[in-house]
Amino acid sequence: MSRVQNTLRNQWRSLADLAATSIAVLSTILVIAPLVAIFVYLIYKGASSLNLAFFTQVPKPVGEEGGGMANAIYGSAILLGMASLIGVPIGIGGGIFLSEFGRGTKLANAIRFTADVLNGVPSIVMGIAAYSLVVVPMHHFSAFAGGVALGIMMIPTVCRTTEEMLLMVPHVVREAALGLGVPNWRSVLSITVKTASPGIITGCMLAFARVAGETAPLIFTAFGNAFWSTNLNREIAALPLQIYVYAISPYDDWHRLAWAGALVLIVLIVLAVSLVRFVTSRGVLKGAN
Amino acid sequence: MGVGIEVSNLNAWYGSNHTLQDINLNIPANHATALIGPSGCGKSTFVRCLNRMHETNPVARVTGSVRMGDLDIYADAKPVEIRRRVGMVFQRPNPFPTMSIYDNVAAGLKLNGFNNRHALDEIVEKSLRNSALWDEVKDDLRKKSGASLSGGQQQRLCIARALAVDPEVLLMDEPASALDPVSTSKIEDLIFQLKSQYTIVIVTHNMQQAARVAEMTGFFLNGRMVEFDSTQKIFTNPRDKRTEDYITGRFG
Repeated sequence: MSRVQNTLRNQWRSLADLAATSIAVLSTILVIAPLVAIFVYLIYKGASSLNLAFFTQVPKPVGEEGGGMANAIYGSAILLGMASLIGVPIGIGGGIFLSEFGRGTKLANAIRFTADVLNGVPSIVMGIAAYSLVVVPMHHFSAFAGGVALGIMMIPTVCRTTEEMLLMVPHVVREAALGLGVPNWRSVLSITVKTASPGIITGCMLAFARVAGETAPLIFTAFGNAFWSTNLNREIAALPLQIYVYAISPYDDWHRLAWAGALVLIVLIVLAVSLVRFVTSRGVLKGAN
Repeated sequence: MGVGIEVSNLNAWYGSNHTLQDINLNIPANHATALIGPSGCGKSTFVRCLNRMHETNPVARVTGSVRMGDLDIYADAKPVEIRRRVGMVFQRPNPFPTMSIYDNVAAGLKLNGFNNRHALDEIVEKSLRNSALWDEVKDDLRKKSGASLSGGQQQRLCIARALAVDPEVLLMDEPASALDPVSTSKIEDLIFQLKSQYTIVIVTHNMQQAARVAEMTGFFLNGRMVEFDSTQKIFTNPRDKRTEDYITGRFG
C-alpha cells in the first residue's frame, strides 16, 4: 500500500518538476524573443542599405539617392561621450555618498528620493529642461546642450546602481581594511568601490545604452544637422534623430536608410558595451568569486 | 616585539546597551591571552576596544583607558595609528575578493602609501612564511585571488595580512570558529609560534582551544570580567563559582 502511494507521489513530483522547468524555459524564451525578433527584422530591413557610403558620407539633399549617416554616427559618439563625462562621475560620486558617507542622514534620503523622481521624468521633459538651462542662455542649439540633457538622464541610474552595488559589499571586507589602519576614505575608494566595480560598470553601461537611443531630449538641444559638424557649440546630428527624420519622411530611400541607421545604432551600442566589459574585465583575476 | 596592554575601568556601549562594565586587566606582552565566555558576554566588544574598531559603529561609545606601553590609545593617538599597531583577525576569513594573494598581504602597507616594491616583496614573503602559508601559495602569489583559497588558507592569509603591517599586538576574534579541525590546528600552531614576537589576544568559544594556546585566560559574563588568571588556574581551580560552572559545562 505504502509503495503504491510512494510511486504516485514520485510521479506527481516529477510532473511538478517538469512543469516548473518548462515554465522557466518558456519565460526565458519570451524574454529573449522580442530582442531576437527586433534584431532579425532590422537586419532584414536594414542590412541591404548598408554600404561603405553609409559610414563615410553625409545625407544627400532631398531627391538625390544614396548618402550616409557618417555625421550622425560621429554626432552620437560625441553626445554620448559628453553625457558619460557628466553622468558617470556625478552618478558614481552620488552613489558613493549615499552608501558610504551619508547613510541614514536626511540629506542622503533627499538625494535618493530626488534620484528616483529624476529617473521617472519623461525624456522629453529632460530635453525641455536642458533647453531652458543651456540653449536659451547660449541663444542657439548645440552639441553641448544635447550632452547635458543625456548626461542628466544618466545620473539617477548610475547613482542608484552604484549605491545598491556598494551596499552589497560585505561588512567584513570594510572591517578588514579599517582593521589594517587604512583611513576610511581610502578604504572606501580602494576596497569597497573596487570590490563593487563590476556591478557599478554594469550600471553605467545600462545608463549608457538607455540614453544612446534617446531622441526626444535631443530635439530641442542637439537639434540635428544634415551636414558634417564637429563644433560642440553648434547643432550636431545624432543617429536617433536622423532615424526619426528619415522614418517619418515620404521617401522610400530614406525609409531604407532609417532601417539601416537603427541597425547600426543597436550594433554600435552592443559593441560599446562589450568593449567596456572586455577592457574592464582584463584586470580581474581568475577565481575571484 | 610585543607590548603589554593595561586596561582600566573600561566601559563600552552600543546605543543604550551597556555591553562592557568596568573591565580591569593587564594583558602580558609576548604571551597569548584567551578570552572565554558565552555568546553576547562582551568578549568581542572588548577586543574591538583594544584597536578602536568598536567606534566604527556610529552608535558605539567607550570610556576608561587602555594603555599600550607608554601610550594611552584613546587619549594619545588617532584610531588609524592604533590599528596599525594592533592587528586584527576576524571570525570569518575576509580576504579582499578582488585582490591577488600578494596584494592582499601588501594591502595594509600599500593603502597607507608604502610603495617600495623590493621591500614589499620581502615583507610579503616574510609574512606568508610567518603565517605558514608560503609553501602553499608561493607559485600563485599574483595569479590567484585571495578568495580562491580554501577557508583555512584564507584565514592564514588574513593573519599574514595583519602581520605585514608589523603590529605589536594581534587580536584574534574567534579565528578558527569557521574552520575545520585540520585548519584549526594549523591556526593554533601558528599562535604558538607567533607569541614570541607578538602579544596575542584570542577570543574563543572553544575552551580546549584556550587551554591549548593561551597562558592567561579571562572569563567574561554579561559584560563583566568575572575572573582573570593563568590558564591552568582557571581550568583546574577557578576562584569564582560562575567560572567553574561555565568551564564544567553547567551553562553557556
